[in-house]
Amino acid sequence: MNDEKNLQKSEVIRLKDLSFLQKAYVFEILKGMYTAISQIFKPKFTIQYPEVKIEHAASFRGRPVLVEENGTERCVACGLCSRVCPALAIEVQAGSTELAKERYPEKFEINMTRCIFCGFCEEVCPEEAIIMSSEYELAFSSQAESIFGKDKLLKSAEEMKPRLEFLRKNR
Amino acid sequence: MEISPVLEAFIKILIVVLIILLPAVTFLGVWLERKLSAWIQNRIGPNRLGPYGLFQMFADIPKLFFKEDIVPAAANKFVHSLGPMISLTIAFSTFAVMPFGDTLPIVINGVTHNIKLQIADVNIALLYVLALSSLAVYGITLSGWSSNNKYSLLGGIRSSAQMISYELSLGLSIIGIVMLNNSLQLDEIVKAQGGYYLFGVLPNWNIFVQPIGFVTFVVAMFAETNRLPFDLPEAEPELVAGYHTEYTGMKFGMFMLSEYLAMFFAASMISTLYLGGWQVPYIEYLGLSPFAVSLLQVGAFFTKFVLIVVFFMVVRWSMPRFRYDQLMNLGWKVMLPLSLLNIALTGLFILKPILTWFN
Repeated sequence: MNDEKNLQKSEVIRLKDLSFLQKAYVFEILKGMYTAISQIFKPKFTIQYPEVKIEHAASFRGRPVLVEENGTERCVACGLCSRVCPALAIEVQAGSTELAKERYPEKFEINMTRCIFCGFCEEVCPEEAIIMSSEYELAFSSQAESIFGKDKLLKSAEEMKPRLEFLRKNR
Repeated sequence: MEISPVLEAFIKILIVVLIILLPAVTFLGVWLERKLSAWIQNRIGPNRLGPYGLFQMFADIPKLFFKEDIVPAAANKFVHSLGPMISLTIAFSTFAVMPFGDTLPIVINGVTHNIKLQIADVNIALLYVLALSSLAVYGITLSGWSSNNKYSLLGGIRSSAQMISYELSLGLSIIGIVMLNNSLQLDEIVKAQGGYYLFGVLPNWNIFVQPIGFVTFVVAMFAETNRLPFDLPEAEPELVAGYHTEYTGMKFGMFMLSEYLAMFFAASMISTLYLGGWQVPYIEYLGLSPFAVSLLQVGAFFTKFVLIVVFFMVVRWSMPRFRYDQLMNLGWKVMLPLSLLNIALTGLFILKPILTWFN
């Protein structure tokens, strides 16, 4: 009984009301070819990458950068980012400064061969000092080049404004 | 001064291979195929090398030459390298009987030489073409077997079954034309398509005289060339790459080349047998010199040729692959009866000449 039902189910399901022209197949092929040919004249989706680049939305997670404000970094070298980093890419060494915030990072290095662009550092940062930029072209020719120090990481707050606004709105 | 026939044939072979086949393979096969598939899929396609990527073959073909040639340890080495050679030799030799145009009158020292634009005007050309295209299955099956790989073997077996099934309807659909023309000579068949049909409106091409034969012939040709609705021998999702899974470098390149040549052979056969070959309709009303007419006819042949090649490529992107049983159903239950019907109808019309009323 059960087997019979299964057998009936596995029968090939075909539309019964196909007209003769549809069964003759040739005209259906011509219809398919018309669809294929009509695609030729439609706009293309390809972006000619090295010449044309996409403007990324503020939510895009590119390489992490340090925000620079009034000539110094916002970072107070608390080390939370380095703690939370799942890939152990961030190394922070704190030093003391005469400014009101008292602490600053003497050394701040991100090993870009280890970074996985997860954005945890940005999420955990109490000062909004480390944020994800929209840069994605990161090719190095040596290991030493892949370690980004403060010279490469610091970006001014005006430059990172879209991302900062995005974070304020969505966090 | 008389040109020796051997030298003449040799020069013709050089011209056909160097000026017609190689550019056709490189520009149509490599460039147009990739460009057209890209356009149909809303992409741009190769555009880095040369204007519109036209020199893409200078990147593609040398790459194949410089790749390492790997022969599997368990393969039958002799047959493994014989396979691509058979495929390529057969693919090239089918063009020997193709009429690219009528005679071209060339005046040398005041003497007019009528040069036939065909390498060899064999009087059993159709038989020769059918024999060679059925030999092509050996290249595929032998290479599939000798690779000692299950996917390759399955591809080879599928290809032989497919070719045998469709060879029948291919041969039978041509018989209608042979009955009408009483000739197996391709040149004669093209010349017979010169007049007009249906009160002198349509050109007397076999596509209008034999529409059923045309459809069966085109479908059988698709199956013979192993192109997309019938590409079971190399179905990627099922068989990795089918019979050429174990081939690298130029041996794979030879398979690719012979596949494209098979497609060009199919295109030139369809245009010769059914679309009037080098015939240009209504050209006699223009009053051109014989030399210009001859050149125009060659141009007409290649226009038809390129259009059919484009048709082949568009079909590739508009149809899914057949299932194996569907393939056999179509071959034996539809194509074979249709081509037999075509023969019967042609015989009927020859006995009771209804068609002559329209001429």
